[in-house]
Amino acid sequence: MQETDFVLLWGSNAREAHPIYFHHVLKGLKGGAKMHAVDPRRTASAKFADAWLGLNVGTDIALANAVAREIIVSELHDKAFIEHATTGFEEFAAHVQTYTLEYASSVTGVPAEAIQALAHSYANAPTAQILWTLGITEHHNGVDNVLSLCNLALLTGHVGRWGSGLVPLRGQNNVQGGGDMGALPNKLPGFQDITDDTVRRRFSETYGVALNPQPGLHLTLMFEAMASGSLKGLYVIGENPADSEADVSHSRKLLAELDLLIVQDIFLTRTAELADIVLPATVAWAESEGTVTSSERRVQRVRAAVDAPVGTRDDHTIIGQIAELLGAKWAADTPEALWNELRSLSPMHSGMSYERLEESEGLQWPCTDLDHPGTPFLHGWLWEDDLGGRDRAPFSITEHEGPKEQLTDEFPIRLTTGRALDSYNTGVQSRGYQSPIRSGLELEISHLDAEALNLAQGELVRVSSPRGSVEMEVDIKSHQAEGLAFTTFHFPELIDLNLLTNDDWDPKSGTAEFKAAAIRIDKLTSGTPRV
Amino acid sequence: MSDSLLTEVTVSINGATVSVAPGTTILEAAAIAGVEIPTLCWASNLTPANACRLCVVEMEESRTLVPACSRACEQGAVIHTESERIAVNRKMVLEFLDTTNDLTQSPELQELITRYEADSSRYTEPSKMQDDIKIEDDLFVRAYDRCVLCYKCVDACGDDAQFTFAISMAGRGFDTRVSTEFETPLPESACVYCGNCVGVCPTNALQFKKEFDLREAGQWQPEHQTTTETICSYCGVGCTLELHTQDNEIYKVTSPADHSVTAGHLCIKGRFGWQYVQPPTRRLSTPNISS
Repeated sequence: MQETDFVLLWGSNAREAHPIYFHHVLKGLKGGAKMHAVDPRRTASAKFADAWLGLNVGTDIALANAVAREIIVSELHDKAFIEHATTGFEEFAAHVQTYTLEYASSVTGVPAEAIQALAHSYANAPTAQILWTLGITEHHNGVDNVLSLCNLALLTGHVGRWGSGLVPLRGQNNVQGGGDMGALPNKLPGFQDITDDTVRRRFSETYGVALNPQPGLHLTLMFEAMASGSLKGLYVIGENPADSEADVSHSRKLLAELDLLIVQDIFLTRTAELADIVLPATVAWAESEGTVTSSERRVQRVRAAVDAPVGTRDDHTIIGQIAELLGAKWAADTPEALWNELRSLSPMHSGMSYERLEESEGLQWPCTDLDHPGTPFLHGWLWEDDLGGRDRAPFSITEHEGPKEQLTDEFPIRLTTGRALDSYNTGVQSRGYQSPIRSGLELEISHLDAEALNLAQGELVRVSSPRGSVEMEVDIKSHQAEGLAFTTFHFPELIDLNLLTNDDWDPKSGTAEFKAAAIRIDKLTSGTPRV
Repeated sequence: MSDSLLTEVTVSINGATVSVAPGTTILEAAAIAGVEIPTLCWASNLTPANACRLCVVEMEESRTLVPACSRACEQGAVIHTESERIAVNRKMVLEFLDTTNDLTQSPELQELITRYEADSSRYTEPSKMQDDIKIEDDLFVRAYDRCVLCYKCVDACGDDAQFTFAISMAGRGFDTRVSTEFETPLPESACVYCGNCVGVCPTNALQFKKEFDLREAGQWQPEHQTTTETICSYCGVGCTLELHTQDNEIYKVTSPADHSVTAGHLCIKGRFGWQYVQPPTRRLSTPNISS
C-alpha cells in the first residue's frame, strides 16, 4: 500500500473504521500517491483525497460501469493483460456502452468530469489499488457491487502485482479467520467444499464422525427459517443479533419465539437477555490462547494477559465439554492441538506451526509447508505464462438497480449508517471506556434539509422508516448532500437505530441493505433545542 | 566519485569497518557494527528531529560533532562514538535537561545520567519548567514539567504517523511548550485520542491515566507487572498490542515500534478500548438456565 501510485477508496471510511491501515495509505500519499474517494459522505477519509466523488447511495455500479466505459473508449485498458488473463471482455465492453458519462452523472449525481478524471487517473497509474468496505457490500446487490470493482482491476491489470490489487477491508478482528475455519454454510476449513466427497471423507476420518454433505444456512437464511418455523434452536457465540440485525424488531421477535436459545458471551447482551441458557465466556484476545486472522490473511497469536473471572471458560473449552456430554471424545483439546489438527486438514494453513507464528509477525495464507514464506498478495498467477494452470478470470456483467427501498413522499430522506472512530458495532465492548470524543449519537443531516424542516442544531426529532421510529438529536452538516442522513448503530441502549434499517438482502451474500433505508424526519415540538 | 553514485559506502566506526547502503545514518551503521549510541529524540518509527544532541559523535575532519541519528554515512568517514569531547557534550546535555525537567520517570535517562556522571546539583538556582499537570479526561495526562521538547509527540501526531496535527511547539525560548492550538483543552482540540504521542514520549510527560493514578496512589509496583503480546479485538487490521498489567489488571497498551502492521501506533479503540475486560465492568460469571 505504501508503494502504490493510486488509491481508489470506495465505500470505506478507513480513517475511522480501520485507522492503522489508513496510516499506511497516508504514508503512500506522503510518498506521492494520489487518492480518489467515492462515498456519499465527505468522510474523514475523503478529506485526504485529491478528488471526492459524492455519489448517491446505491449507485456504485452505474459509476463503476461508466469508469469502465471511459477507460475503454479512451483506449486506456491493458489489452495484453485482458487477452492473456481474462474472458468475456467483448461482451463486457458492449454491455457498458450504455453507461455514458452523462447517464452515470445523472444517476450518481457525480459530475461527468470527475468520473472521467477518475477513469484516466486509475487507468494511467503504474500501480493502483481499490479499497472498499461495507459501503460496497451492505446493499441488496453487494456482490454485484464488488464484481463491478473487480472489472476495473481486470480492465487495467491493476491486480496480482506488488502495489496493485483489490483490498476488501474486514471489519472485525477475526471475521476472516471465521470464514477460513469453515464458519460458512457450504465450506469446511480452508474453503474446502462440503459437497466434495473426497474432502468430506478426510475430515470425517479425523473427526471420527460422518459429516452432512448438505450446505447449511447463513445468518439471514437462519432468520427466514426461524420465521417459517423450520429452525427452532439457536446457539449464538459472541454475536449480538438482537441489536445488530437490520429491521431488528422483527429479529427480536423471532429470537424470542425460539424453542431454545443458547448464548455464549462475556456480557448479558440484549441477545443473552432473550436466551434460555447463558454461558459465560472468557475474553478471547486477553484471557485465552489461540490465533486470529486479519484482513490481509495474516494469522497471528492471541495470548492470555490476565486471568479470566472465576466461572468463565474459554469458548473452545465450553464447546468441547458440550461435545463430551453429547458423547464425543475429541482428541485435540488445547488451542495448539486444535490448530495442529486444522493444519492437517487445511492445506493453506499447513505451514503455520505455532513456533513459526511466534517467531514471525504472523504468516499470510496460503502457507502450505514449513518452508513456505506465506503469501503477501493473491492472484499473482494472472501474470504467469500458463496462469498457474487456472482458468482465466471472467469479466462480470452488472447492471445498475439502485437501493431496494425507494424514496417516497412519506419517506423522502435516504438514511445510511456507518462506524464512528471511537466505537464499535453494538457497543458491547466500546461502551466500557470513557471516550472524550464520543460521536455517532446524532443524526447527521444537510443544512438544506434542516432549513426545510426548520430544525436547529441539536434539536430532538422523530426519525421514522417503514419499520419503526426512534427519537434522536440532529447534527447539521454544511457539507452533507441534501436528502442524505447518516448515523451510527453503536448505542442501541440509547437509540435503537436498527429499528429503522432495511433487511432486504443480497441473495448472493446474505448481507442486508444496511446502507440504504428511506426515512422521514419529524419535528417534535416548537420547544427550544437542547445545546 | 560523488557519494550519490555509489551503491555502497564504507565507514570506520570505532575502528571497525562497515559497508552500508547510501543514505544509511551513522546510528544505523553503528547498530550494524554492534555499537550502541545513546539517543533521546530519535525513534525508529519517526523521522529524526535533530533536537536533543545526545547522539552526537566525532567524525574526523568535521569541525563540529555530528548527530548520528540523522547524518548519513559518507564514503571513507572515520567515526568515533565515545571520546572525552563526546562525553562532556552528552554530560552537559543531560545536566541541562535534568536541571530543567523532572526526569525521575525516565529510566533510560537515569541510566545515561549515571553513565556520563551528569551532576545537575553543580548548577545553583537553575530555572525549572513548572507546569500544572493537565488532567482533562480519563485516558491520559500531560505533565509538561517533564517535557524535554524532543518533538516525538508532535511528529507522531503529525506526518510521521497520525496526520492529525493536534499539537505543535508553541512559545519561544524557555517558554516553549508542546501545545494544542491556542492551548485549547484536549477534548475540544483536534485530538483523536490515539495516544500515539503517549506511546513515543521518553520521559512520561505524557502518561496513561491508569498508570498516573497508580503512581499517585503509591501503588506503582514494577515487580508486579507483566507485558503480553496479543492482537486487538476491534477491526480487521490485526494490530499487535502489548498489554501491560499489574496484579492482573491492564494499565496501559502499547505496540512494538518495529512491527510492520502498526509501526508502534494504534487508534483510540486499540489503545484505550480494553476497559470492558476488567472491573468496574460487570462480566458474566455464572451460567444461567431460565426455567
